Amino acid sequence: MRRTRRRVSIIGVLGELFITAGVLVLLFLGWQVWINDRVVGNEQKQEAQALSNSWDKGEAVPPATVDRADPGEPVVAAAPANAVVFATLIIPRLGADYTRPVAEGVGLVDVLNKHSVGHYPGTQMPGAVGNAAFAAHRTGWGASFFDIDKLQLGDSIYVETPDGWYRYVFRSFEYVRASGVGVLAPVPQAPGATSTDRILTLTSCNPVYTADERIIAYSVYDTWYPRAGGAPPEIASSPAMAGAAG
Amino acid sequence: MYMALWRILPGPLWLRLFIVLVLVAAVLSALVLWVFPAVLPFVSTQDATVQQ
Repeated sequence: MRRTRRRVSIIGVLGELFITAGVLVLLFLGWQVWINDRVVGNEQKQEAQALSNSWDKGEAVPPATVDRADPGEPVVAAAPANAVVFATLIIPRLGADYTRPVAEGVGLVDVLNKHSVGHYPGTQMPGAVGNAAFAAHRTGWGASFFDIDKLQLGDSIYVETPDGWYRYVFRSFEYVRASGVGVLAPVPQAPGATSTDRILTLTSCNPVYTADERIIAYSVYDTWYPRAGGAPPEIASSPAMAGAAG
Repeated sequence: MYMALWRILPGPLWLRLFIVLVLVAAVLSALVLWVFPAVLPFVSTQDATVQQ
């Protein structure tokens, strides 16, 4: 019945080891892109939701009325210390429950790999005249900006802080080299120019899965919602803001 | 190598298949739980920022 025992040859073992190594690399890549990014992204979402809840003190925030009074000039917070989480970023186009924590600084280990979105030090704070620039990973570490290229003209981008919600409206993309720091200028790509607009700039890797270039998404300030006056109607009942406390 | 492993497994075919499935599941779990997270910092060094 039994076939003659074949000796285990060195070449045979070596070949099987190589095949095993290849399968392991493929498994790792699949895990990294399809599984880990979702797990980590979900953790980052929950961190942001917990942050929103702590600012609401666990109470539901009523939506602001459509005919609300002019909120006036937005409050601009002082820049926090490096790696301190100070805001959440809510982008309905990237998912009904899309919210991510924003920390000061763009260090890989202490901010981008840990909290998702980083605020470029030295750029303006959200709501200020000038340019508030954020960075986040396109792949890996939660891949917060994986779908950033899906943004469409007029899409809302909200930055939530203890003071309230700043509403920015997406305007355009730009693609630059990794050395293209001109996108961080108060007037992007016009260093030295005097700024009159309030701009939000998001940067990430491009093309997706690589780091050859950077994709830049520019948004322009529209209005802000002081926390006492209620949340923006568009996201007041969104799952992005409904965290563990409900 | 794998053929040799298969040969030293005891029991009828269904038991061997069961043992193999358990072994594969154990290896996959170990990879996902410990090995892959440990390797990640060394291979995923993509930078998402612009800088000089």
